[in-house]
Amino acid sequence: MSDDATTEPAGTAVKLGKKDFQSDQEVRWCPGCGDYSILSAMQLFLPEIGVKPENMVFVSGIGCAARFPYYMNVYGLHGIHGRAPALATGVALARPDLDVWVISGDGDALSIGGNHLIHALRRNVNMKIIMFNNQIYGLTKGQYSPTSEVGKVTKSSPFGSLDTPFNPVSLALGVEATFVARTHDMDRSHMIETFRRAHEHQGTAFVELYQNCNVFNDAAFEAVTGKEVRAEMLIDLKHGEPIRFGAEGQHGVVLNAFGECEIAEVADVGEAALLVHDEHREDPTLAFALSRIADRPTVPTPVGVFRDVIRPTYEAEVQRQLVMAAERQGPPDLAALLGSGATWEVN
Amino acid sequence: MTAETTQLKPESLDEVVIRFAGDSGDGMQLTGDRFTDVSAVFGNDLATQPNFPAEIRAPAGTIAGVSSFQVHISDHEILTPGDAPNVLIAMNPAALKANVGELIPGGTLLVNSDSFEERNLTKAGYDVNPLEDGSLAAFRVIQVPMTTLTLESTKELGVKPRDAERSKNLFALGLVSWMYTRPTDTTTEWIEQKFANKEMVKAANLAAFKAGYNFGETAELFDHAYTVAPAQLPPGRYRNITGNIALSYGLIAAAQQAKLPLAYSSYPITPASDILHELASHKNFGVRTLQAEDEIAAVNIAIGASFTGHLGCTATSGPGVDLKSEGMGLAVSLELPLIIVDVQRGGPSTGLPTKTEQSDLLLAMFGRHGEAPLPVIAARSPSHCFDTAIEAARIALKYRTPVILLSDGYLANGAEPWLLPEIDALPDISVPFATEMNHTRADGTKEFWPYLRDPETLARPWAIPGTPGLMHRIGGIEKQDGTGNINYDPENHEFMVRLRAQKIAGIAHDIPQVEVDDPSGNAKVLVVGWGSTYGSIQQGARQARESGVEVAHAHLMHLNPFPANFGDVLAKYERVLVPEMNMGQLVRLIRGDFLVDAVSLTKIQGVPFRAAEIEQAIREMAK
Repeated sequence: MSDDATTEPAGTAVKLGKKDFQSDQEVRWCPGCGDYSILSAMQLFLPEIGVKPENMVFVSGIGCAARFPYYMNVYGLHGIHGRAPALATGVALARPDLDVWVISGDGDALSIGGNHLIHALRRNVNMKIIMFNNQIYGLTKGQYSPTSEVGKVTKSSPFGSLDTPFNPVSLALGVEATFVARTHDMDRSHMIETFRRAHEHQGTAFVELYQNCNVFNDAAFEAVTGKEVRAEMLIDLKHGEPIRFGAEGQHGVVLNAFGECEIAEVADVGEAALLVHDEHREDPTLAFALSRIADRPTVPTPVGVFRDVIRPTYEAEVQRQLVMAAERQGPPDLAALLGSGATWEVN
Repeated sequence: MTAETTQLKPESLDEVVIRFAGDSGDGMQLTGDRFTDVSAVFGNDLATQPNFPAEIRAPAGTIAGVSSFQVHISDHEILTPGDAPNVLIAMNPAALKANVGELIPGGTLLVNSDSFEERNLTKAGYDVNPLEDGSLAAFRVIQVPMTTLTLESTKELGVKPRDAERSKNLFALGLVSWMYTRPTDTTTEWIEQKFANKEMVKAANLAAFKAGYNFGETAELFDHAYTVAPAQLPPGRYRNITGNIALSYGLIAAAQQAKLPLAYSSYPITPASDILHELASHKNFGVRTLQAEDEIAAVNIAIGASFTGHLGCTATSGPGVDLKSEGMGLAVSLELPLIIVDVQRGGPSTGLPTKTEQSDLLLAMFGRHGEAPLPVIAARSPSHCFDTAIEAARIALKYRTPVILLSDGYLANGAEPWLLPEIDALPDISVPFATEMNHTRADGTKEFWPYLRDPETLARPWAIPGTPGLMHRIGGIEKQDGTGNINYDPENHEFMVRLRAQKIAGIAHDIPQVEVDDPSGNAKVLVVGWGSTYGSIQQGARQARESGVEVAHAHLMHLNPFPANFGDVLAKYERVLVPEMNMGQLVRLIRGDFLVDAVSLTKIQGVPFRAAEIEQAIREMAK
């Protein structure tokens, strides 16, 4: 068996529906968990891309989000805490024909698995990492996470957390991820659009997904994702367009003298002064500046695609080297390999 | 230039142990390697033992910076690199000080006299020049100003003195090549090839090598040269091979015999890194290598590749095994094929990175949380690493289990002649992937159960992504047998724990019985060993027999499970001796599993047992 085991390439168009991606397992998240809407969005989205379920692999680590693969009627690998990007790297390295997704959480991806995440992003393995961020450890019942705000009172931080949180989008941009986006569990169509963009990207896609943990950290993102405030608090990034938001598009983003992004009133600065969003800039500096607008989800927060640039995927480069080696070294000849170097005959 | 030009007829020896010793920067490993290769091509049996510091370059001239390479050549079959050298080449005072204690009385000591000046003597801790104070009277000391002669021989070439001096190891090699009547063409060809693009270096090295050889011939320091005739080994084509290279070839061969691509992921670590280097250079075999961000990623990447139908493999040393424990436990639970190579080194912690030890046996057996049994096998000689790699793959694939393959620093870097195997005779270790649904529900619908087992092997089906209809989810959480669905029932957990253990235990019926080397059949003492102590034990037992002590030797390749007859073998002997390069690990397993009052013989010095040490222990026990 080798890479050509599959009879059809992963991209072959087939007509599928949501049900084709649902497994027979009972979904067991807490009632009201944001994970339900994410699962539903994913199952609604996947039929669109025309990839057969048998050509998809969902990989996860440990945490509430990590149960996700069990509910999907695809090939699933539920691994160990933090290691999903490494497992998925092995899958993609061996089988570039597969559609590889990683489902992770803020603790899984940024704490115990931080090293694997940053190296997966720099390698640009063709996999889609969806990181559910709920700013709390849910499965272990409520300890602060690497995205919890300073001062967060939890079971493990009764006097408030002392740790400065990560901004996951800034982190991914800092390690030069080729695709970085943010979406949230309150907006199905935005999630689906973000999944689509991530899937279209060749290479590692990193998606931070604000997800509500209604049991241990309820309403953590309410200030920006709540239906009533969304228009004023979410900055939906659109490539090639001036960055503006608000019910009337009255607010916008401008660059100051230090190259930092600031919120301004369009009426004050004029539309021409607004920063025009460019996902495809090679240099991640502007995208990084955008990610710094909202250090906490309590102020206007950019969502959508921050960065989408082309870099060769890791597995494509591996394949290129395999082909190159075959050309240079010739077909595999085990007897010749074993007998390489100096040999002698004993009669 | 051949041996025929020597004035006096060379004296014939049946074996000799030569140790090249110098500063880390003196190129002693290369010198030893070259001498080994020439001797191998010449047809001697041989065994080598490199010994070098963990530091890339310890301060020049100090004891800490001494690097050595011992080679044992013979006209008959040999099993060890030799207990003690007959010949010591010391390139500086530190090399002399660090090694002279092991030179046998009456042995030949060849020193680079140029380096025995005050500064180097002080660095080595000599108050008085040992060449002048009579302290070396027990040896035949030959002083050769190697640096001066090397500089002299390269003067004409216009090489800078600093660069020319670097060739003095080739001078030493030339001299020793003359002493032991080695053909010169293998070495000169090697120099020409190796430095093809560096004209000046090539010329200097060739000049130094020839000067060394000619010096032996013309200087009246030696009354004659020696020969060690080719050994009468079993007929066939041979090459010289180290354990790490044999292991790499074994993995490539295993993948080919399994009809699977090899996916190898590892993190650099001494003494296992050479496996990564070797495999990375054979991509034309479809080998995918990945240098991972850490040991944990390395094992998980290999697991991910195995999930998709590749032969997933990772290699490391003890510190890396600690980190991979978690991944190995996952592979036990996933029941996927995986090979984990542990090239053992001295521990604990960073320990002795470049020195050998057998102290990871219990780690391999038990070093995972929960009940996580997996097969453990060990190679016994450098070339045996090839067979062991194929056996590891066979078990991993057939039983869908991670397998730990134990090598060690001595096997990894030691070399021996290897009778090249017939490719056609290598076993077919391929296993089929699942392609069909394997279970029918009460309502007649068919489905795929990822944990529905083969009744004989208890292996679960291996259904790889891309296979229509067989989509399934597996993970580290306890699952129900058959369906593979998450399951926390108390009885199910006990059932699964016992089932996984039973699967591994059952492998005992699918491995060769342990053979006992008991020539007379009357021995009362049995020596049981595992791994790289094979040569020392075998040689020690031979020496004991020569002195009239009857002794048997059984050497384990399979450590978990033990071969099915192992208990019976142990029961046949009155006394059991278990030599190990650790605090006594196999002996605990033997005592625990078989209630045998086995006696432990240990050595924890980062160097292999000497045959004499084993012989003495056997004689003590036989009293």
